[in-house]
Amino acid sequence: MYIATARQAPAAGGTGRIAANVLALGAVSLLTDVSSEMVTAILPLYLVLGLGFSPLQFGVLDGIYTGVTALVRVAGGHAADRWQRRKLVAGLGYGISAVGKLGLLAAGTSATAMGLVLAGDRTGKGLRTAPRDALITLSSEPSALGRAFGVHRAMDTVGAFLGPLVAFCLLWTLPARYDVVFVVSFCFAALGFLVLVLFVRDHRDVLPRVAVSLRNAFGLLRSRPFRRVCLVACGLGFLTLGDGFIYLLLQKKLNVEVAYIALLPLGTAGVYLLAAVPMGALADRVGRWRIFLAGHLALFGAYVLLAGTSGISLLVGVLLLHGLFYACTDGVLMAVAGPLMPDELRTSGLALLQTGQVLARACSSVLFGALWTWFAW
Amino acid sequence: MVRILIVVAAVIALGLGATAYALRSPDEVAVAVEAGPVELTPGRLLFVDDVTGKVASVPLSAPGGPRRVSSLSCKRFYTAAQQGLCLADGSRPIPGSTAVFVDRTLTERRRVDVAGVANRAKLSADGRMASWTTFVTGDSYSQAGTFSTRTAILDQQTEVYSSNIEGTRIAGMKMAGDMNFWGVTFTADDRTYYATMSTAGRTYLIQGDAVEESAKPLRENAECPSLSPDGKRVAFKKRVAGDGARPWREHVLDLTTMVETPLAETRGIDDQVVWLDNDTIAYGLPGEGIWAVQANGEGAPRQLVPHASSPSLVTG
Repeated sequence: MYIATARQAPAAGGTGRIAANVLALGAVSLLTDVSSEMVTAILPLYLVLGLGFSPLQFGVLDGIYTGVTALVRVAGGHAADRWQRRKLVAGLGYGISAVGKLGLLAAGTSATAMGLVLAGDRTGKGLRTAPRDALITLSSEPSALGRAFGVHRAMDTVGAFLGPLVAFCLLWTLPARYDVVFVVSFCFAALGFLVLVLFVRDHRDVLPRVAVSLRNAFGLLRSRPFRRVCLVACGLGFLTLGDGFIYLLLQKKLNVEVAYIALLPLGTAGVYLLAAVPMGALADRVGRWRIFLAGHLALFGAYVLLAGTSGISLLVGVLLLHGLFYACTDGVLMAVAGPLMPDELRTSGLALLQTGQVLARACSSVLFGALWTWFAW
Repeated sequence: MVRILIVVAAVIALGLGATAYALRSPDEVAVAVEAGPVELTPGRLLFVDDVTGKVASVPLSAPGGPRRVSSLSCKRFYTAAQQGLCLADGSRPIPGSTAVFVDRTLTERRRVDVAGVANRAKLSADGRMASWTTFVTGDSYSQAGTFSTRTAILDQQTEVYSSNIEGTRIAGMKMAGDMNFWGVTFTADDRTYYATMSTAGRTYLIQGDAVEESAKPLRENAECPSLSPDGKRVAFKKRVAGDGARPWREHVLDLTTMVETPLAETRGIDDQVVWLDNDTIAYGLPGEGIWAVQANGEGAPRQLVPHASSPSLVTG
């Protein structure tokens, strides 16, 4: 087997220090998420109210973007492995997204330019995720991988929490100054990029023993444990309702005003934020696969609540279970998959897995959307 | 240590840069203001003053002259029959708006809290029917970041209030979750209205019935209709090819012959225009104030009021 697993500590996982590299990557993600969530929160208002674009002009492209991101992710993962330059590829991704924030200003009133900038932003996101997660797995003790991912995802979620807050506070004090939001968003992204450059270390010590080719990358799927992880993750991804869909169901059942939908994700994020580290540590102790499946049980529980209960127990229960679902699955899956691959192919493997999951969720989202439209009337 | 110093320096530099950018002094705007109350008296052109964000007025006979400014803050204001409808930012922590009804002296009569960002407001000619449109983000089932419109109709006589006319049945069309309505304009019977409906990426001019909650499509590609005082024509914005923002050209549609006429204004109008009389429309252009142009497609646009938006005329 691989060196990584040979180093495995006895079943004491879940204690010990989190690697500095993981903390640095967490800080980078935090800053970058503040930046991107700021823009996500206000972009529709800016495009439609500020510029008079049709709401559908960008919505339609969403499907295309998902496809492009999937390709970029696999290509980026492969490039990172081929040259063993994970930090470089991740940095490229973070850099593109940071520059994109200024691009939003430069695009001005041109729909084409705006579309290109948004595509660039998603390309950046597609590029950076797999090498970042690969770096986390390579920087952590295999026995404490769940906890390491928990710490990273918790920091990441703090950023997602703060972003919309910062954006709306800015717009509140400086009405209609979307440009200021973009500039501040760029500042956060630039800081994130700087922290990556200065504090994150790549793992150049592990040199490839075999030439890394695309064939090798896809060859990972021939390994039974990894194939099983991919199949189960994609299958469960296909059964996962999109977040928006859950919040919409909640809003309909509770009959709250639509404007409050914007606050519901904060509930999920809050639970995710608090539970990510404990669940990661628990996964190291009792088995990551088990926690990953338990997370989906939590999601199933949320569906059951949506079908059965009402009132405050519904609201609290669904958000709690939904947050737990993320805490038990998102980072934990990477912790499950990471050790199944040789170091030099890790980015490619994680990219493959993430792409499969994204595509499965996209399919499911389209399908449920169609079902929703069909049965709603 | 050096690395931490670099980060601290970057934080300071970026923070200062962003602050300087945000506080860049805006171009000095000088508008002449005269003392006096803002009242809904015939012959006055009401609008939202860009400098203060408050409702202001000038005589239509001298629109470029000094303006009177009230203390009423609105994003959008409309007046008819010496009543006013002000769509303002909400007072609650979540993004929302308030529809404020005011009397002749701009004194508040009633208010309705609504979700979303203020966009359009209109009263029927006799002031009985009120309608407003807001934008709400995030209630799409499949993807975050999309948004939809909410259009409300309030009958002030019967007190029938529809906070969202999305349930309106459209003749010959299947109900769809993506149907959005905006920009209502009422006819003299206080029941029939014209509005925009969008579904599957297309917009339609519809003729609706506020009591039956039904409507029929009249034509495609027409937004933000505004009915002429004689009730025979609607001015609307038509989406035209172009890469820029506000890709619209204002047209007037004859409701009898269904013939459309492009107006002489070639700049993109993103507004529900108002009719000053049966021959003239007025509209706001962002950053350029309020303009007027002939409704028959001839003549040239002329500026009425600088640094202003959301015009409407007190008649009576």
